[in-house]
Amino acid sequence: MQAAYTEDQEQFREVVSRFLKAKSTATEVRRLMASSEGYDSAVWQQLCGEVGLAGTHIPEEYGGFGFGPIELGIVSEEMGRHLYCGPFFASSVMAGYALLNGATETHKSAILPDIASGAKIATLVLDNLNNPEKVGSVLKATDEHVVSGTASIVVDAHIADLLIVAASTSDGLGLYLINAGAQGVSITPQEALDPTRKISRVSFTEVNGERIGWLTEGLLSRTWDQICSALAHEMIGGAQHLFESTVEYTKVRVQFGRPIGSFQALKHRCADLLMELEFAKAATHHAAFCLASDDGEPYAASMAKAMASDTYMEAARAGVQLRGGIGFTWEEDTHLWYKRAKSSEVFMGSPPMHRERMMKMIETASSQNNGEQP
Amino acid sequence: MNLDDLRQEVSEWLDANWSPDRSLVEWRNILLEGGWAAPDWPEDCFGRGFDAGQVAVVNEVFAGKGAVGAAQVGPRRLAAETILVHGSDDQKKRYLPPILTGEHAWCQLFSEPGSGSDLAGASTRAELVDGQWIINGQKVWNTSAHHADFGILVARTDWDLPKHQGLSYFLINMRQPGVEARPLRQMNGHASFNEVFMTDAVVPAEDLMGGQGNGWAVATTTLSIERQGFARGRTPTVGREPKEGPIYEELAAELEIANEPYTWYPQREGRVDLVLPRAKETGAIKDPAVRQEIARLMCLSGGASLAAASAAAQRKSGSNEVIPAGSIGKLGASVIARQAAHVHTMISGADAMLSGPESAEEGMIAETLISVPAISIAGGTDEIQRNIISERVLGMPKEQRSDTGPFRDIKRNVT
Repeated sequence: MQAAYTEDQEQFREVVSRFLKAKSTATEVRRLMASSEGYDSAVWQQLCGEVGLAGTHIPEEYGGFGFGPIELGIVSEEMGRHLYCGPFFASSVMAGYALLNGATETHKSAILPDIASGAKIATLVLDNLNNPEKVGSVLKATDEHVVSGTASIVVDAHIADLLIVAASTSDGLGLYLINAGAQGVSITPQEALDPTRKISRVSFTEVNGERIGWLTEGLLSRTWDQICSALAHEMIGGAQHLFESTVEYTKVRVQFGRPIGSFQALKHRCADLLMELEFAKAATHHAAFCLASDDGEPYAASMAKAMASDTYMEAARAGVQLRGGIGFTWEEDTHLWYKRAKSSEVFMGSPPMHRERMMKMIETASSQNNGEQP
Repeated sequence: MNLDDLRQEVSEWLDANWSPDRSLVEWRNILLEGGWAAPDWPEDCFGRGFDAGQVAVVNEVFAGKGAVGAAQVGPRRLAAETILVHGSDDQKKRYLPPILTGEHAWCQLFSEPGSGSDLAGASTRAELVDGQWIINGQKVWNTSAHHADFGILVARTDWDLPKHQGLSYFLINMRQPGVEARPLRQMNGHASFNEVFMTDAVVPAEDLMGGQGNGWAVATTTLSIERQGFARGRTPTVGREPKEGPIYEELAAELEIANEPYTWYPQREGRVDLVLPRAKETGAIKDPAVRQEIARLMCLSGGASLAAASAAAQRKSGSNEVIPAGSIGKLGASVIARQAAHVHTMISGADAMLSGPESAEEGMIAETLISVPAISIAGGTDEIQRNIISERVLGMPKEQRSDTGPFRDIKRNVT
């Protein structure tokens, strides 16, 4: 298993970072968060076409780049750093992984190329974003593939062409393909705490869906892990941006005749934060290394998500606090990342949920090692 | 020389020379003459200039044959490595061989009651009288000083210079009337350290090391060796299994004395290894609040070791990115120890009121709870680590100083 990035991966990061630095400036983020679409379709097309990022982790046979969770982590980390506004996470990461894990070969071949090329925007409709064990409690499908129910939080559904829906059936959790414009589908944009990530409520009233596969317990868990690994990378990227900009601010802001960064109260808070950040970053990269090699601790992704959540919020709190009053203004950019941090903290499971999930996995692993039944 | 040839050479040399029936010192003198006592040291200094890979081969052959190596436990290593860098030829010749043979034990005389974190504020006096240095003052936290033969000492030779410039570094004989070591009992009941009182103690002029007024630079060498830990390989560790023969008994006695101060060190790190077994054994693993705290602990300790591994991997690949693994690791160890103690307390409940051999894990849990405060102090407090991280890694401005100018004018603790 890898313990650090290869030179090629570092160069890949450079390319991604250069693109996002140019296209996802704070001014641009502010323009997009105030818009109802929430993304710039020209930049998205460029990102999909020229740079080819939307298919980063999608195998070449389905029109993707053929990279894995490590490169996807790199893209996500840079997107989080620059607070990229666009359907990448919903379409490529969430819908992409659900399809890769759960869809039949035919459907993968039919749908994934459009996601990788950006020809279509997809999103994954889950009726529960708190805990994988609770998915399927609201959305139901009949044996005739008629889907009903409401998912209250669906990322980027307002711009999606395709809805990839997880709905429970008498035979387990099914995966359905539903066109966003289909009869009986209602997509209502919601006001999001983090305006850089748009959310809608999606209701299905006896909608005819196409069953494209199944998300068994193991596959759902794997999908959840993969999404959490990417999300943790995104959060670590954002946390690093906040941390670096905050430390720089303390070096130039003068009070009492000296830079405020010379006060130990601030220096020590920054030192503690750097430690937390280094640990969370290492755990997050490790989660991708584990997924890529199908090895390592089964709980690596949950550990990463729990640590990245706590660290991002701590960086966000410090980002506001160390700037003092200016940090609480709308004009200053810190709140953009603060809101992403808060929203991401509870997206795909809160830190306590992930810690509990870790414990269950540790217990399962240790009882298996002892030859006991879990 | 390739490693296979080396393996053969060491093996043949041991076959011709090694015998467990010799006395420890007699054997180590043979080792010294053969050049196998410290193969990582320079060729003109009892060694062979070996790199880590070569040293590992030597160690492996020694261990395979159960051959005993040079003395290396305890603070003697700090003295030896510092002498190697700063000592005169005469100092190296006089002091290094008896360190390797184990005839001389050493101690470190740096911290003082009045200068802990602020080591450069040392106020032990060294005055040149009739061609020898007369030492007066008190040192503290001196591991093994009560049975040391020599000490590495930082003392002030000039009170009119700024504090870092007035220090000098001495090699002092501990076996003299002017030196008294008293055990210092800690809050966990152990007495791993001493206080050392020096009253008109004498150091011959030739045992000032590294030049008068250069003590801070020399002490910095010692401190960096200390931080690196004793991880670097050196000949011979005898295998784990007990072996018959007089030399092994002597060695066991030497190790027992040298290791005695460190028996509680695993406890000061929080005994993370005992957390899951204890949680299962007591049933606390079913408590959701305990589970959350155990998972937090695993995140911390997992994150710390992954961060250290990633820093090591990046150093290996020659990346230029500065990763402050040392101070961050040190700070992490404190946080981990505190969280582990917190979890152990939750698991034990009211049983955490008990201590001693009848209590949980033969007293190890109780010892953990009252030993963890040491980890965030020893080897540089957490606060000092945070200063290092923020100033040297993050480039934040230094705190304004009020200890510039002649040392005698600086505010000090009243003694």
